[in-house]
Amino acid sequence: MAEHIVEAPAAGKVLRVLATAGASVAEGDRVCVLEALKMELPIVAPVSGTVKAVPVAAGQAVEAGDTLAVIEG
Amino acid sequence: MPDHEFLGVLALTWQAAVMLGLGGLLIYLGIAKTVEPVLLVPIGTGIMLANIPLGGLTEADGFLAVLRRVGIDTELFPLLIFIGVGAMIDFGSLLERPYTVFLGAAAQFGIFGTFFMAYFLGDGGLRLFDFTFKDAVSIGIIGSADGPTSIYVATVLGTKYAAAIIVAAYSYMALVPIIQPPIMRALTTPAERRLVMSARARRVSKRTRILFPIVTILVVGLIAPKATPLIGTLMFGNLLRESGVVERLSQAAQNELANIVTILLGLAVGGMMVAADFLRAETIMIYVMGVVAFAVGTAAGVLFGKVMYVASGRTINPLIGAAGISAFPMCARVVQKVGLEANPHNHLIMHAAGANTAGQIASVVAGGAALALVPFFS
Repeated sequence: MAEHIVEAPAAGKVLRVLATAGASVAEGDRVCVLEALKMELPIVAPVSGTVKAVPVAAGQAVEAGDTLAVIEG
Repeated sequence: MPDHEFLGVLALTWQAAVMLGLGGLLIYLGIAKTVEPVLLVPIGTGIMLANIPLGGLTEADGFLAVLRRVGIDTELFPLLIFIGVGAMIDFGSLLERPYTVFLGAAAQFGIFGTFFMAYFLGDGGLRLFDFTFKDAVSIGIIGSADGPTSIYVATVLGTKYAAAIIVAAYSYMALVPIIQPPIMRALTTPAERRLVMSARARRVSKRTRILFPIVTILVVGLIAPKATPLIGTLMFGNLLRESGVVERLSQAAQNELANIVTILLGLAVGGMMVAADFLRAETIMIYVMGVVAFAVGTAAGVLFGKVMYVASGRTINPLIGAAGISAFPMCARVVQKVGLEANPHNHLIMHAAGANTAGQIASVVAGGAALALVPFFS
């Protein structure tokens, strides 16, 4: 079991958070949706596993490289 | 009062009717299809107003004639627009990824490719169309994918096709999401398109952001002085944004100034499209070459992206080269879409935005270079 950190690919705003801590996700499931340059970026899980943490909330501004979620899988 | 002053319909030629239809089509595309409505609604209305028989808007001191004299023949409107554009653009994505400058430069190849084609079809070879050297340069500038630069260069060179060139430049910017993806897919392999680029970039300091517009004015101005009006207004707008002490002026440039000038510019450009000047074979050819300009620029950007893909040890996704043409931020969005469809984890938007803003500067420099070189050849 390894921890995978889902990083923000661009500076922007978190529009929606879909993953919840403790829930299981499959690879390709949406973790959250970011907005950058007025475009919606769907952020998907890189692996299947359990969501350990989701340190962001809808409406929050993020920088590129910020942690959006931690998935153990 | 004589009858014909009332009955414009009796004076309606088929050419004017075609132009009224074209104006209506642009308004339709803007409203129903939301294709660049901010531009197409004013331009479409301008075309309609200009082609109403006996309306007189384009004659002597008519409304549209005055707008054209004051704002376009003097090159004032495109420069005012550039102040707004400069205040809107965040050059951070470029400063954090300086290598994207090369992609912005490569994509300007569309300008030169299209120029050679136009010149060859005109005075430089086949003489099939009435394209002089200056007309050919102005047509090539469509490849900069930058509206204000196209207006500026076309009016400074005094081409008779200014209206067609400007409308072609603006309409193809709206069509970037249709023109670019097939070219991007054709020139790259799925493995290249899938390549994820690191999101982390080095942060640039506030001082760098403030110095950037000032240094750019000095460097570009001293190397390509003819580009000074364009780069100067663009970078002045950016300085308002980055200085952090004139937020009011920065907001005014981005909103009030840009919006008001867009209204006036749109009407004036539409007003230049009077049937007698517009409905000719050369106009259609300019439209055809406009697609070529955008396509060649896209291809050159992607091909140079492939060179950087290899040179960087496969850390740069060649798709971002397509964002080197300056239609901002449409190209960056197209790159993001094409990258994401190849790999759901692939978000190229910030890298593409870097190339896109580099393209904005490169197109201005290319426009200035073209203006500087023309006197040596004609």
